[in-house]
Amino acid sequence: MTAPTTTLRSRRTLAKTGVIIGLILGGLFAGLPVLWMLSTSLKPNGEVFANPPKLISDNFSFDAYTQILGNGAQLRFFLNSYIVAIAVTVLTLLVAVLASYAFSRFTFPLSKTINAMIVSVQAVPPITLVIPYFGLVVGLGLYNTYPGLILTHMVFTLPYAIIMMTAYFNTLPKELDESVKVDGGNSWTALWRILVPISVPGLIAVGVYTFMISWNEYLFALTLTRTDDMRTVPIGIQLLMGQHSYEWNQMMAMSILGSIPVLVLFLIFQRRFIGGLTSGAVKA
Amino acid sequence: MTSLTVEKPPSAETEAPTRGKNSWARRLTPFGYLSPTVVLIVVLMVVPIIMVISYSFRDNVIVQDNSVFAGFANYATVLKDPDFLAALKNTFIFITVSMVAHLLLGLGFAMMLNSPLLSGVTKAIFRVVYVLPWLFTIAVIAVIWRLLLDPSGVINYLLTTLNIVSDGVNWLGDPGSALWVVTFVNIWSGYPFFMISLLAGLQGIPGELYEAASVDGANPWQKFWNVTIPQLRPVIISMAVLDLIWTSQQFALIWMMTGGGPLNSTEMLSTFTYKLAFSEYEFSTASASAVIVLLLTMVLAFFYVRQQRER
Repeated sequence: MTAPTTTLRSRRTLAKTGVIIGLILGGLFAGLPVLWMLSTSLKPNGEVFANPPKLISDNFSFDAYTQILGNGAQLRFFLNSYIVAIAVTVLTLLVAVLASYAFSRFTFPLSKTINAMIVSVQAVPPITLVIPYFGLVVGLGLYNTYPGLILTHMVFTLPYAIIMMTAYFNTLPKELDESVKVDGGNSWTALWRILVPISVPGLIAVGVYTFMISWNEYLFALTLTRTDDMRTVPIGIQLLMGQHSYEWNQMMAMSILGSIPVLVLFLIFQRRFIGGLTSGAVKA
Repeated sequence: MTSLTVEKPPSAETEAPTRGKNSWARRLTPFGYLSPTVVLIVVLMVVPIIMVISYSFRDNVIVQDNSVFAGFANYATVLKDPDFLAALKNTFIFITVSMVAHLLLGLGFAMMLNSPLLSGVTKAIFRVVYVLPWLFTIAVIAVIWRLLLDPSGVINYLLTTLNIVSDGVNWLGDPGSALWVVTFVNIWSGYPFFMISLLAGLQGIPGELYEAASVDGANPWQKFWNVTIPQLRPVIISMAVLDLIWTSQQFALIWMMTGGGPLNSTEMLSTFTYKLAFSEYEFSTASASAVIVLLLTMVLAFFYVRQQRER
């Protein structure tokens, strides 16, 4: 313990070097596949499996992107994904704000039971639900429609949104909404005039996560839609994989274009998002 | 849809006409706020679970309308199916190996990102890089790795150049390797969630605990085992159980990388059930399989809830 400062310092340098080497190795593990996706999307398809592989092709071009963006059928996948994900986000936030308000500000019988049911929804396997959903959606005439997908996506988004929003509301002092009631307002005005406006950071975190879940959803989109004009981006990527010979550069370009909304949302809201996520998921 | 979501709650406690009315309204208010949620939970969970259980005890469901009671026959069919038993075994390997690797990688990366030796900027940059795999949808992850793992792809190029393998290996086409390869890809795509939660956990450990350990003469290794791990224990256990639940539900990755093949070597409970329902249109047996999956998940969920209660 009474080691001279020089050995202490060199031990510190050694530890720091070790951590940096570890960080770089981990970074390569996480980042190289993504870098290769980007590189492939900028190559002519004939050079995708060139030997030796090249990170940047001599025939570097954005052709794969223009082919995807110039193709109405591919653009339709994006339009569908945006419609579904935005609708799911708006509806989830509306329903979740109301429910979270009840859990956060009222004591009532069955509160624990209802809360436990909401939490338990998260554990129900999608593969168990997809069979009755297929029966229900066909029976209700919602097969191959936007409402069918939007409604079923909410089974994934609503529980999280309620848990996270309740945790958020719980951090806000109750005196805030009491002040409205003193002025003669009821609980409805307290919610919309006071709580919702100051909860914007929480709503953003929940909204981003909701959008991501819906944008990425695969099983229901695969099962509950049939025609190409109703397919979403994840299924579109798969369809591109099945068609003719593999157009790897186009598949990678489409993958990147399909990931941009989530990447952008994440980078902008990173801090709030991770904070909201960990407080909701781990402490809930 | 609109009636579900913009429904106004019963107007409560406006001018307080009489005490009795007021207290009734007050009692009903929270249920008004909860009504859209309750309706959705009933439609999206309660009714479907009742439906799938009733399908599993009947024959000729969904595609025909002359369903008949079948008792446990569908369950017997599923449980005797060697493909189901293979799927059960594969799912077990897939979820346990993934969970252990997610935990080790997530903890390792979180500790590096929390290291006091590095500057804030370095940590911020690497944090974004480390989160990357988690930001791509499973469909994208499946096509990236199919490209990388192609027999003439870049991974085989590296391995042949380094003389580790002599010829391009068809990683996903070989029944001996396919399960390990899809497990590896699942590890790659899933560790960031562990990392984020463990990083938050590490940042929440009070510095005094480490100072006290230093005063007692503890070395870094002893601090790790006697301070870090006990402090993270609740987070680790709940993340581990959640991860087992989530990974057992993984469908898209398997479906897009191998479709359960070759020779059922990557067949999971999810792909097995999906094929029964939507490739073979055996909705009754598929429902029995889906109920078995639900029961297995409930066992895991039970442990999760018990763990949460203890905290």
